[in-house]
Amino acid sequence: MTSIPTFPARPAGTNQPAPPPLLLHALRESALAALVMLGLSIPILLFRTDQSAGQQLMLTPRIGLVATMCAIIFAVRFVVCLYVARRQSQRAARQAAGVSAPQSKLAHYVVSVGVPLFLGIAVTYPLISSMLAGGLNGARYWIDLGILILTYVMLGWGLNIVVGLAGLLDLGYVAFYAVGAYTYALLSTTYGLSFWICLPLAGVLAAFWGILLGFPVLRLRGDYLAIVTLAFGEIIRLVLINWVELTNGGAGISSIPRATFFGVPFERGENGFAAMFGLQFSAMHRIVFLYYLILVLALITNAVTMRLRRLPVGRAWEALREDEIACRSLGINTRNTKLTAFSIGAGFGGLAGAFFAVRQGFVSPESFNFLESAIILSVVVLGGMGSQFGVAIAAVVMVGGPEMLRHLAFTKAIFGPEFDPNEYRLLIFGLAMVVMMVWRPRGLISHRNPSIALKERKAISGSLVKEGHG
Amino acid sequence: MRWEKDPILHVEHLKMRFGGLVAVNDLSFKVGRGDITALIGPNGAGKTTVFNCITGFYKPSEGMLTLRHKAGDRAGSDDGSFLLERLPGHRISQDARVARTFQNIRLFSGMTVLENLLVAQHNTLMQASGFTIAGLFGLPSFRAAEREAVDKARHWLEKINLIERADDPAGDLPYGDQRRLEIARAMCTDPVLLCLDEPAAGLNPRESQELNNLLLSVRNDHNTAVLLIEHDMSVVMQISDHVIVLDYGTKIADGTPEEIRNDQRVIAAYLGVDDDEVEEVEAEVRA
Ligand SMILES: Nc1ncnc2c1ncn2[C@@H]1O[C@H](COP(=O)(O)OP(=O)(O)OP(=O)(O)O)[C@@H](O)[C@H]1O
Ligand SMILES: [Mg+2]
Repeated sequence: MTSIPTFPARPAGTNQPAPPPLLLHALRESALAALVMLGLSIPILLFRTDQSAGQQLMLTPRIGLVATMCAIIFAVRFVVCLYVARRQSQRAARQAAGVSAPQSKLAHYVVSVGVPLFLGIAVTYPLISSMLAGGLNGARYWIDLGILILTYVMLGWGLNIVVGLAGLLDLGYVAFYAVGAYTYALLSTTYGLSFWICLPLAGVLAAFWGILLGFPVLRLRGDYLAIVTLAFGEIIRLVLINWVELTNGGAGISSIPRATFFGVPFERGENGFAAMFGLQFSAMHRIVFLYYLILVLALITNAVTMRLRRLPVGRAWEALREDEIACRSLGINTRNTKLTAFSIGAGFGGLAGAFFAVRQGFVSPESFNFLESAIILSVVVLGGMGSQFGVAIAAVVMVGGPEMLRHLAFTKAIFGPEFDPNEYRLLIFGLAMVVMMVWRPRGLISHRNPSIALKERKAISGSLVKEGHG
Repeated sequence: MRWEKDPILHVEHLKMRFGGLVAVNDLSFKVGRGDITALIGPNGAGKTTVFNCITGFYKPSEGMLTLRHKAGDRAGSDDGSFLLERLPGHRISQDARVARTFQNIRLFSGMTVLENLLVAQHNTLMQASGFTIAGLFGLPSFRAAEREAVDKARHWLEKINLIERADDPAGDLPYGDQRRLEIARAMCTDPVLLCLDEPAAGLNPRESQELNNLLLSVRNDHNTAVLLIEHDMSVVMQISDHVIVLDYGTKIADGTPEEIRNDQRVIAAYLGVDDDEVEEVEAEVRA
């Protein structure tokens, strides 16, 4: 539930009851919010600690800043109050008129236009960015960013199987990402196996770990499941840190072999990729190749998920999310069904992990902390659980957004020259979450597409779809 | 009595304890093959608890529940009998072929009506999809099986008059339709015994009549025995062949509807008696 206060809904039909209470209410709410802000500011914002000339700690009061923040909060709360009230009265009027919300139609439209657009941009992205940056070399930053975003898209889609379809809250997904990354790192550095052999192995191994972890864990439900998966994620990270003989501990594994073009290395000289295709050598070839590699991996994840949704397993996952007890009464083996979701999701995490290792050329336990799980999970939740397209948009926004902010000059103009929005990533994350939970509690795209239809496929409104509790 | 000669389900000395509370105490009864059997009793008598024991949601504290398939039926064990209290939950539907509905409807509300009926055919479809591998590549054998499953769903939707709403979410249906859909979903698992927990609750008289016809057809056309919990006496007396009456977890009567209708103890327990008469009746019941 959101913390938005419910307004005494004006009975639709009675025309123009006295409006002042609404305004008064909004004013009161905003004053309250500003007061809370003031209270919070006193320990957090009011004083800055500085060093005085004599190496002493000095408190500089910042009354102006506190006043500005309170004013901002007041204004925002006021606008939100009015907006919510208007929406509620609109909805009441619509209900009275017997018209259902037009939202699902709009969402449908967004998806049908958005998906091809998104796919088109994703496929031509290296071209576009190099054109905009004036040359392939100039586009390095942008293509790297694209790779990062696509990695999160893939991870989000992988986790979406577990969280969105099967309704199992998994807070330790990054563990499987780590398993995949270390699988490639270890196999390639110790046995010299090529990336193309290690990639499927990483997926299989991560899926295997998914089953192994899932067995004891999946009999738990809801909060308990979340806590235990969280703990498992941490355990894997701690093992990576402490099993120094195998993983080289916190120092990580470096000089992992780079990706090859199906055996042809990206290097200068006779046997290199550039020579083979008669191109001028450029270090960017490898980056572009990596971009397309992760794009293909992500699209495979998506294709497999979409296909699985239409198969009995996928339907059983969703049924499990809707009502586990009913599933059991219909003879569905709930434990095995949960395990398949858990392990298939883990497998895709493993594939993404192997990609991560080959891109970085270096892995260390640092990269697989809880924050990473939290980011992936928020991508899924913000995107709308179960919606593939929503997850993709959310990944772009959550990962690309802070980077965009970095390039917006006006943030520096407001907050001073040393302002780096990336440092505020978590704050922005939190804010985005709060705004989303208020605005669209079920994520960007909340409606569900039926897996099969007799006559006509109609989108199912998100309010009917359950989120699962285990 | 048919249920004595050819029982499909034999409940013996069933006892279910919740901490100090004995919800069902030393209950024995038989459910006849091809019968509609009604389990009735006042609120809190333990009817739902009996269902939960039969369908594996509770493990009984004591007692034995035997389900016998007819010779020639697809049977799991050699003589076609299953000890329900020993089977794991999902096997009761899969192997022993006992299906159930719930007192508070449990549909997959965010899935369409058709999807609900397909989930019910999960085990058949899962096998046809080669445990997903064959299905992933869309092999023809799987497609055929899926088409068959859709046909079966369509058959049931026509039967319960919901074919027009096949593509609507189950949560959007009116209450009476949801009740019928839940029965259809249970029937899609091809049960030999269908357990219905208050299927007529909240239905209007017309819907209640439709339900009667549906249940009669389940018994006659699909050779499925029906065990139902019901408070609505018009349903019970009209369609059931055998009535079992529970009160405080024990059986107080067992017989044909006519016998039950005239049983003094049932009238006392079920219809309720004045407060001062309660003890008198209780003593009579125990005697
Ligand atoms: N899981 C449980 N834990 C503890 N007590 C339970 C449990 N399930 C049922 N009971 C108790 O067992 C008794 C019988 O309950 P049950 O639900 O079987 O009654 P019922 O005959 O179905 O009643 P109704 O007609 O109201 O549905 C009640 O006193 C109930 O409180
Ligand atoms: Mg009950």
